Amino acid sequence: MLRLEQRPQPSRMWVYLTPLVAVVITMIAGGALFAALGKSPVEAIATIFWEPLFGEFAFYYRPQLLVKAAPLILIAIGLSLGFRAGIWNIGAEGQYILGAICGAGVALAAYPSESVLIFPAMIVAGAFGGWAWGMIPALLRVKFGTNEILVSLMLVYVAEQLLAAMSLGLMRNPEGHGFPGSRNLQQYEAAHNAELIAGSGLHWGVAAALIAVIFAYILLNRHILGYHIRLTGQAPRAARFAGVRPNRLILFCLGTSGALAGLAGMFEVAGPSGQISIDFNVGYGFTAIIVAFLGRLHPVGIMLAGLLMALTYIGGEIAQSNLQLPAAAIQLFQGMLLFFLLAVDVLVQFRLRWTRTEAA
Amino acid sequence: MDLSSINPILLLASLMVAATPILLAALGELVVERAGVLNLGVEGMMITGAICGFAIAVETGSPVVGFIGAALGGALLSLLFAGLTQFALANQVASGLALTLFGLGLSALLGQSYVGVKPPPTAKLDIPLLGDIPVLGPIVFAHDWMVYFGLALTLVVWALLKFTRAGLILRAVGENHDAAHALGYKVVRVRVLAILFGGACAGMGGAYLSLVRVPQWTEGMTAGAGWIALALVVFASWKAGRVLLGAYLFGGVTVLQLNLQAAGVDIPVEYLSMSPYLITILVLVILSADRSRAPGSLGRVFHASS
Repeated sequence: MLRLEQRPQPSRMWVYLTPLVAVVITMIAGGALFAALGKSPVEAIATIFWEPLFGEFAFYYRPQLLVKAAPLILIAIGLSLGFRAGIWNIGAEGQYILGAICGAGVALAAYPSESVLIFPAMIVAGAFGGWAWGMIPALLRVKFGTNEILVSLMLVYVAEQLLAAMSLGLMRNPEGHGFPGSRNLQQYEAAHNAELIAGSGLHWGVAAALIAVIFAYILLNRHILGYHIRLTGQAPRAARFAGVRPNRLILFCLGTSGALAGLAGMFEVAGPSGQISIDFNVGYGFTAIIVAFLGRLHPVGIMLAGLLMALTYIGGEIAQSNLQLPAAAIQLFQGMLLFFLLAVDVLVQFRLRWTRTEAA
Repeated sequence: MDLSSINPILLLASLMVAATPILLAALGELVVERAGVLNLGVEGMMITGAICGFAIAVETGSPVVGFIGAALGGALLSLLFAGLTQFALANQVASGLALTLFGLGLSALLGQSYVGVKPPPTAKLDIPLLGDIPVLGPIVFAHDWMVYFGLALTLVVWALLKFTRAGLILRAVGENHDAAHALGYKVVRVRVLAILFGGACAGMGGAYLSLVRVPQWTEGMTAGAGWIALALVVFASWKAGRVLLGAYLFGGVTVLQLNLQAAGVDIPVEYLSMSPYLITILVLVILSADRSRAPGSLGRVFHASS
């Protein structure tokens, strides 16, 4: 029978190989899913993965890739720090919303001033909003030992209600004829997160994502704090003996991931989305969890995984309009990816062995 | 605002209805956690159960078949989690999250053609005389049969864990899987069965939302009920009786805030809608001081190496 045998050391080869294997299996299973929905599997997979990059309208889709990948990467980088240390922030969606509300709040309060300080102030406010929302589960965990998974997730629903209250009340556009939603920041030059090079998709959020990748890499590989994070994840007891203070780590990881998620939300509301509205958030905070795992919790891996996931978003939209593939099928497709990844991951720590006689 | 428009009898009656979905899901999760497995996919299993139950009930015209289908759907989805955590030895937190994300996508896909459809009504348990007793009648005796099923299940889970040999083995596996393995108990088998039971319960809880509580199918309709059920297990310090108490408390909060919304209290609706989540957090904070009751092997990966 087939048996799992623990490897003496995690396989380095499989660490890099499992995400690729998982993507391939997901494509096969996804193809089967699309076939079951009555679409040609090859065409559907090609539409999702090929069309945005090399298709007829690739000139339009390629910039979109950066626009979609930036928030995913920003959030996932923050999440990966905590995940490495066994600190589970799964409320990034809420921190993302709070970042957007705070960032947009600064802009709307300053309207119609054209000061150059507005955009930097929005960045600070966005990061602060996300940080503060992330600090709630962090402080509760440190002070009372409350489970951060449940608290951070509950706060997503609170944030969604807060978003609805803001777009219907305080932040509603006074010239919007009573429609819900704030002023459009794309038409407010001082607050607009415009493309740095026109037509490239490269806005400040993309720049911030790149910076976050570089800083996370340095932090994890060259800084004592990053070493502590990795140590806590691999051997919590040893970490305590080595003088790591778990509470400080919790505050740092949840605070940082909150701030990064807040930044992502702020860049989104000031740029691609443009306004605070009831359905402003589209689940980047949850998809980023998949991105973080697919990228092996490694900054460079996360960057690649974020781009891949952005590809499925854009390809999914194309498949929706060209092949009438339902939006939910794409969501399911993304969910499958995490499943297969976790399943294949067993090969990093274990190897499969055929044994004749059953072990006692 | 007119608080007198809130009828306390109807409030208590609807409290039991509001509590039933989270009661069912939390009872399932309680058994799973007592077996030492942390399944964070309750939300995903609930929403899958919600659409499975809804679709089957609409197609067959029978809510009973719908609830059975929901239990099967939830159990089938939880089988994926069982495969990941018990055979591929994946991290339970990550696998649970994957289950939730997967379940949300799957349910949205399955439910496309059922938006706006009305489900067949679930039968009320009409006890001729008891239901007519003033005050007590409508509160205790005039619900649909699933409410009583939830109560019965609480009793069964409590008795099973406390008095039977199967319950003892389950608890042993949850407290210390290495010791249980050394005694010759099949750790993986016990856990897979517990996970399946948890999936079935969550599925029925979800179906109760779509078939009775709302009753309609909308995407993402569980809106965190699965997560509240998870919190409830912690709240109950892994005891079945306290799960019931907690479910009624949360049901009460939900119903009360809905009543306040209807009564036109001078607070924006959104802030009232936040209250169940905020109170969940508050209760978690108050109770998190006592961590002694958590099963010893909760969330730890088991691999029989010899």
